[in-house]
Amino acid sequence: MAPSIQPSMDHLDELEAQSIYILREGFARLKKLALLWSLGKDSNVMIWLARKAFFGKVPFPALHVDTGKKFHEMYAFRDHYAKEWGLDLRVDFCPPIEDIDPTLPPAARSAARKTEGLKRALAKYGFDGLIAGIRRDEEATRAKERVFSPRGLEGNWDVRDQPPEFWDHFNASPPQGAHLRIHPILHWTEADIWAYTQRENIPIIPLYLSKNGKRYRSLGDQDITHPVDSVASNIEEILIELNATKVPERAGRALDHETEDAFERLRVAGYL
Amino acid sequence: MNIAVSKVALTMPNGTTRAQVRIVIVGHVDHGKSTLVGRLLHETGSLPDGKLEMLKAVSARRGMPFEWSFLLDALQTERDQGITIDTTQIRFRTKSRDVVLIDAPGHAEFLRNMITGASQADGAVLIIDALEGVRDQTRRHGYLLHLLGVKQVAIVVNKMDRVDFSASRFKEISNEITSHLTGLGVTPTAVIPISARDGDGVAERTPNIKWYDGPTVVEALDALTPARPLDELALRLPVQAIYKFDDRRIVAGRIESGNLAPGDEIVIMPAGKIAKVKSIEGWPTTPVTTPQGAGRSIGITLDRELFLERGDIIGHVNAAPRDTRRLRARIFWLHDAPLKAGTSILVRLGTMESRATVVAIDKAVDPGELESVTASSIARNHVGEIDISLAKPVAADAYTENPRTGRLVIEVNGRIAGGGLVLSVDAGQRAIPVDIVPVESALRPDERSARYGHGGAVVWLTGLPGSGKSTIARALERRLFTRGGSPILLDGDTLRAGLNSDLGFSPQDRTENIRRLAETATHLARNGHIAIVAAVSPSTDDRAQARRIASELFREIYVSTPAEVCESRDPKGHYAKARAGNLPSFTGIARDYQPPANAELTLDTSNKSIADATEAVEDLLAGTGVLFGELNDLAANI
Repeated sequence: MAPSIQPSMDHLDELEAQSIYILREGFARLKKLALLWSLGKDSNVMIWLARKAFFGKVPFPALHVDTGKKFHEMYAFRDHYAKEWGLDLRVDFCPPIEDIDPTLPPAARSAARKTEGLKRALAKYGFDGLIAGIRRDEEATRAKERVFSPRGLEGNWDVRDQPPEFWDHFNASPPQGAHLRIHPILHWTEADIWAYTQRENIPIIPLYLSKNGKRYRSLGDQDITHPVDSVASNIEEILIELNATKVPERAGRALDHETEDAFERLRVAGYL
Repeated sequence: MNIAVSKVALTMPNGTTRAQVRIVIVGHVDHGKSTLVGRLLHETGSLPDGKLEMLKAVSARRGMPFEWSFLLDALQTERDQGITIDTTQIRFRTKSRDVVLIDAPGHAEFLRNMITGASQADGAVLIIDALEGVRDQTRRHGYLLHLLGVKQVAIVVNKMDRVDFSASRFKEISNEITSHLTGLGVTPTAVIPISARDGDGVAERTPNIKWYDGPTVVEALDALTPARPLDELALRLPVQAIYKFDDRRIVAGRIESGNLAPGDEIVIMPAGKIAKVKSIEGWPTTPVTTPQGAGRSIGITLDRELFLERGDIIGHVNAAPRDTRRLRARIFWLHDAPLKAGTSILVRLGTMESRATVVAIDKAVDPGELESVTASSIARNHVGEIDISLAKPVAADAYTENPRTGRLVIEVNGRIAGGGLVLSVDAGQRAIPVDIVPVESALRPDERSARYGHGGAVVWLTGLPGSGKSTIARALERRLFTRGGSPILLDGDTLRAGLNSDLGFSPQDRTENIRRLAETATHLARNGHIAIVAAVSPSTDDRAQARRIASELFREIYVSTPAEVCESRDPKGHYAKARAGNLPSFTGIARDYQPPANAELTLDTSNKSIADATEAVEDLLAGTGVLFGELNDLAANI
């Protein structure tokens, strides 16, 4: 028998295989999972990976915690692909701004609506695991995350007491009433996301592509997300642009810049 | 405007084809890890615009001199205390590759974070303060790198400015650490004198260290090799799950080593069942016809229906892992309470988990001390060698045979508390301790069945409390006995009063309760009796385990009486107690009951009398060859 030649894995293959492993671990070890779908490039890749992991079927609900302030292109995308991909879509709305801690700076306070909306959705459905598409390279506190990140009863993140996690062995026993965050694409970069989106031909929201010299690198609420200068009108051009740029990805996110620790405070409280 | 795209440009973004290595930076606290990382990012042009200015502003606001480590110690608490609490990961590019830097905290109390970071690394940089020299945490980290299997270690001797760039001081430290690491079986790839704060030796050899002719830190990182040749080892595919989303029954898992192709003859361990790979399934395209190598997360279908489950390991016939209930391991311990002989633990090995007992401990040492201390328990942040006895057979390899399937972690109270390497696997040792030899019955099965008019069986009644399991079981017992058979009732509660009185109602204890019930029932059935088990047994997995233990003797009867009816009966008063909040783990109210999908028989006692239900069970036993008394009677009448 002739020796078979191994198709060697490239960088994207490795990322994909690792993410699938994490998704399958989450599904095997937690009872009631949901996948947080923010409609952005990262969570779209994550849904794609879930379809790969589970052979075309996403076996848990996709939860959109809606501020009501997304771009209309995002809502159109959600409604179209939830149907086309056969997702069990749950849309839950965030509480009004009046319900939120008034000591937070304005953009952070606005973003904290999502934390609160998330908490309410958790309580409503009783999920013990939430799959979230955060990446280490996005932001410094996210870089400190575990793949399986336990949350306290209030959804809070205790960064001083994270359990050890090594060799792809994850802690998957949330305390009674608490939940775990599962981060299948923690190890990806922004460039990885785009290269994979291009390779797999994953649909994207057109706001990511340049129009009149501007495009969005990161999509959030309309009132607190701003486009960046860019001429990249397709994914290849985005990749070239990312290779050259030194502007951080979340530069267009107002809440990151209000105070030194605004984002950290949000995350410790349970924000993504 | 269109940008001309060249092929070269497309290979550049770090999402594509450049080699990537993961490097962990470890060492004693305050020896300068975060400073080195900040400096490396700066020297390789990897800092985002405005970051340097932001750091200067942060330092100024705090009235401190400029501090590189603020770049990574992003957390408020970390800045306040001036320490790195948790590992972080950051990327930069050298000429030849992308480097993922894992910054690991040096404080002893955050050793778990250092291990979390280092377990993901291809190589390591061990940093030592030139003034302070080798410290306990330096040695401890060196030892843990070895234990984690990180073989490539570059040493940097930092803060050379504090010792006037003394070549002799450098030599002294270099000799000490080299001999320490060599003793562990690790040869440093380089020993580099640097000043991370000022940049000497990081990306450039400055005049300050003109006496040094080795590589810079950047050059040393460029020289580390990224990958491990796992493809060349024997196939190991730990089963993560079995999926049945459509008509396919897909066995899913990640190939840890070796490779697999459609048509391969495989063996499923620890049970040793053999099958052929019918197809490799994929999405969006399926089937996948090319062979799949180590690292791939795949799904396969088999050419026959076999019972297999999460935790099994698939290998090629003749090159399978061994099955065992005994392991010897070298572990590091991270839990507050010391690990002692006799402790009950949960072991995870690949996707397998098993309850286990620590049988013996020796060679417990603090890897940070120069002198080894032998003790009977392993204290927090110490290492040791232990013998583990597992509650069920598992498939495993020694670490030296396969680094992926030869390592394990230990869980205490749902949280990883330690982990390490499998030093040896006791082959085929299903009974512990070694001197147990099962004694076979003096009677042959056919002698008993001739007397009883039936073969052995395990009749497993599952259903909610109050569904009628025990009532049917007792009626069945009476009828079988009346016709001359040998039925034996094994009620879940009765066994809990004695044999299983050490078990509570946690999921692990419930699993163990069911396992013991199944073992006892199977023993009786093998000796010709009909063991009638009445147990809620709410978990599908636990019942699957019982079926596996009893194998072809198993008959599952689902007593499917609706929950409202069960609660209205409440024969033991449990529902009332549970409603009052006094029975926190009561199945039916507090916990989910998972109904069987493939029971041999389903009975609802809200619309069926006990006599009818019992008769239905009897018909099942007759129809599946357990009861053959009727046939004898018929023959007698002719």
